[in-house]
Amino acid sequence: MSQTTVEPERGKLDRFSRAAASYVDDRTKIGVLVKEFGRKIFPDHWSFMLGEIALFSFITILITGVFLTLFFDPSMAHVEYEGSYLPLKGMEMSAAMASTLDISFDIRGGLLIRQVHHWAALLFNAAIGLHILRVFFTGAFRKPREINWIIGFLLFVLALVAGFTGYSLPDDLLSGNGLRIIDGFIKALPFVGVWISYLLFGGEFPGDDLVGRFYSLHILVVPAVILLLIGIHLVLVFLHKHTQYPGPGKTEKNIVGQPILPVYAAKAGGFFFIVSGFVFLLGGIFQINPVWNYGPYDPSPISAGTQPDWYMGWTDGFLRLVPSHWEFVLWGYTFSMNLLVVYIVAGIFLGLVALYPFIEAWITGDKREHHLLDRPRKAATRTGIGAAGVMFYAVAWAAASSDLIATHFHLSLEGVTIFLQILLFVGPVFSFIIAKRIALALQKKDREIVLHGSESGYIVRLEGGEYVEVHNPIDDGLRWKLLSYHSDYEPWMLRPNAKGKIGFWRRTRAALSRFYFEDRIEPVSQSELDAARHDHKPELNTGH
Amino acid sequence: MSTLRKKKQARRSGLASVALVVFGLLLTGGVYAVFNSTSADADTSTYSAAQIEEGKNLFVANCATCHGLDLAGTNAGPSLIGVGAASVHFQVGTGRMPMANSAPQAPVKPVVFTEEQILSLAAYVASISPGPAIPSDKYLDANGEAANGGELFRINCAMCHNVAGAGGALTGGKFAPALDGVAPVHIYEAMITGPQNMPVFNDMNISPDDKRDIITYLKYMEANAGPGGFTLGSLGPVSEGLFVWIFGLGGILGIVVWMTSRAN
Ligand code: HEC
Ligand code: HEC
Repeated sequence: MSQTTVEPERGKLDRFSRAAASYVDDRTKIGVLVKEFGRKIFPDHWSFMLGEIALFSFITILITGVFLTLFFDPSMAHVEYEGSYLPLKGMEMSAAMASTLDISFDIRGGLLIRQVHHWAALLFNAAIGLHILRVFFTGAFRKPREINWIIGFLLFVLALVAGFTGYSLPDDLLSGNGLRIIDGFIKALPFVGVWISYLLFGGEFPGDDLVGRFYSLHILVVPAVILLLIGIHLVLVFLHKHTQYPGPGKTEKNIVGQPILPVYAAKAGGFFFIVSGFVFLLGGIFQINPVWNYGPYDPSPISAGTQPDWYMGWTDGFLRLVPSHWEFVLWGYTFSMNLLVVYIVAGIFLGLVALYPFIEAWITGDKREHHLLDRPRKAATRTGIGAAGVMFYAVAWAAASSDLIATHFHLSLEGVTIFLQILLFVGPVFSFIIAKRIALALQKKDREIVLHGSESGYIVRLEGGEYVEVHNPIDDGLRWKLLSYHSDYEPWMLRPNAKGKIGFWRRTRAALSRFYFEDRIEPVSQSELDAARHDHKPELNTGH
Repeated sequence: MSTLRKKKQARRSGLASVALVVFGLLLTGGVYAVFNSTSADADTSTYSAAQIEEGKNLFVANCATCHGLDLAGTNAGPSLIGVGAASVHFQVGTGRMPMANSAPQAPVKPVVFTEEQILSLAAYVASISPGPAIPSDKYLDANGEAANGGELFRINCAMCHNVAGAGGALTGGKFAPALDGVAPVHIYEAMITGPQNMPVFNDMNISPDDKRDIITYLKYMEANAGPGGFTLGSLGPVSEGLFVWIFGLGGILGIVVWMTSRAN
């Protein structure tokens, strides 16, 4: 394998891997694997830890979840609450709700574990989101990692499902309202909606079956699939080797960092305790999902400020942004566009996210393997597209809290909604333009620095009366980093296909490719660099 | 029921159905008036002439510009005929009145009158035309059944005020305010007078004892807001989500950046 560790540590660490490998090998004959595994090199950068935050919050979720299963009763049978929470005493509710209250008020440590479980779930989703953004903006999804991007995307979706099935279990008013919305979504499906709804809820909403069904999904099916996908995800990371940022001595063919055994494994182990400790701190100090405020589910009341957990918020936001009265009747079926539009918009958005690596590769025609990451500024168009996507998501997300925005900033609810409706379309365009411009400007600045050195802030007056700023020469490491603009990117050329025709798809592809590469900053060439070196007399270090 | 309907249909003539509708309207209207007046006429309190006189002076000086000398209202303020002592006590006692400048709904401000002056104002308005009275203390001790109050609150109030009483948005920049820290008497008065967009909950809707339970529940929640720790404003998933991004993920990232920067 073409890996190199940081030189001085090589001997000692290698010996450790070998010792560990031979210990296991003597007993199981899988030492080869351990040695391979132990010698894998991982680079060190804070942004490479986002996936780990997700992984470790997931482990925290599993551990606390096991505790909760010991006391939670996944049944919708009616019971009278006789626990110690006064304002609900004597009320009729489902066994699920009653046992959730018991966990919260009558089981030692129960409330803490419940809150840790929920905070960890929020963190899990947030860390996945940020991890995806990191992978996107650094181009880590490019060949050969497209499949791992898809797996990551599936994990992102499954995390939503895990969260949603989880917070629906207590059968409280808030989650019941959420389920009612889901029921509406399902019923809005033309032709099959009502059937599916009856199937899911075991009769007319809310039925008596849902909690039990969601329970199997939530504690068995979804976590199992997530674990499986995480496993594949990590094996692929292992096989591909980790990516690294450009820098001195880092190439497409090597990897600079620490071996997994023992350094990286020890670090990761420690990091697990930091993440889970932090979540326990949150769970101990900050209240989350106070089901006792919401009370047992009852289809008639609904509360102001009813929102889903944050990771479902963007779908709720679309629901609030679709103009009302968009529905029509056809062949005796009501087509409720208020809901169907949400399916379409969210579906397109998720589809674009999932397929982005393939779309980009098609546009750029780039079929090479990439193990060196792009700095976001380098791929200005991709960065712009990413910023547009983030904006689109963010507006939908904000829309889910339109009522709170209205009350907290003393605005009118209608005004907020109309503003967000416009922003949903205009915002991404501006984000694209601004992010791309910033990326290009940063490239330009890098180019300046490489050619003329970094600005020192000193202004010097020359004999002739001219003022110049003193520029300091930069060290080779920084120059390496700034120079890592490969100039081999080019628009895909429009050529006739085998039959000598130029079809619609080829035209589109060429147009998109032009759009993708249209604005760029020429990278510094060797001759420019040499010329610049010559210009700057070392004693003066002045700029132009 | 359906057989009854069939019979009716059989001998229905145009005139009969009109008569029926009129009769029905009269009946419901009459019953409504009777029931409604039970609470409206409940004002049996007596006020001294001196108190009413003081109230009149205060009213003329502070309120008449908007509500009119005869209480019949002007362009700047609604009529106060029949609003009752409770409404005045609520509006002035929470600092909403006298209103300072126009807003979608009168904002809560520091109270400008003493309790005694407020009672005088209330006495004056009630003496012109009776309306809901200031509730008696026995309903305000917050010592009823919190569980019943909680259920009533979720059914009748949570759609505007939020289950945790954290407040919520209404249309046109109006809003239902957060309910923590509101005095029991003002909670009761809000229910019987229905300020602004809030509906009136008369004694037929929610009996005085039930109102007492609601107050009990709200006061219980106020005293025991967060069994699980800091409540983050009781705003539910939105504040939880913002919190996890900014302080949860943000905090861990802070640690990570610090760790990796030390390693290098
Ligand atoms: C600047 C004009 C203004 C002044 C001064 C003012 N009010 Fe009002 N008042 C209003 C308006 C406008 C409303 C209705 C809007 C609202 O309730 O938010 C109102 C509503 C009320 C109501 C509620 C009516 C109902 O239907 O229940 C009462 C009671 C009241 N005012 C009493 C008073 C008293 C007592 C004073 C003097 C201390 C006073 N107001 C001074 C403008 C005024
Ligand atoms: C249709 C929405 C709506 C419903 C339902 C509703 N309210 Fe209100 N409530 C309001 C609005 C709007 C105000 C503000 C009125 C104003 O500022 O003039 C308010 C004000 C109040 C206030 C005064 C708060 C303060 O800061 O002084 C209390 C107390 C109150 N409501 C209690 C209740 C209770 C108890 C219920 C249920 C029995 C209830 N409300 C039901 C809309 C509602």
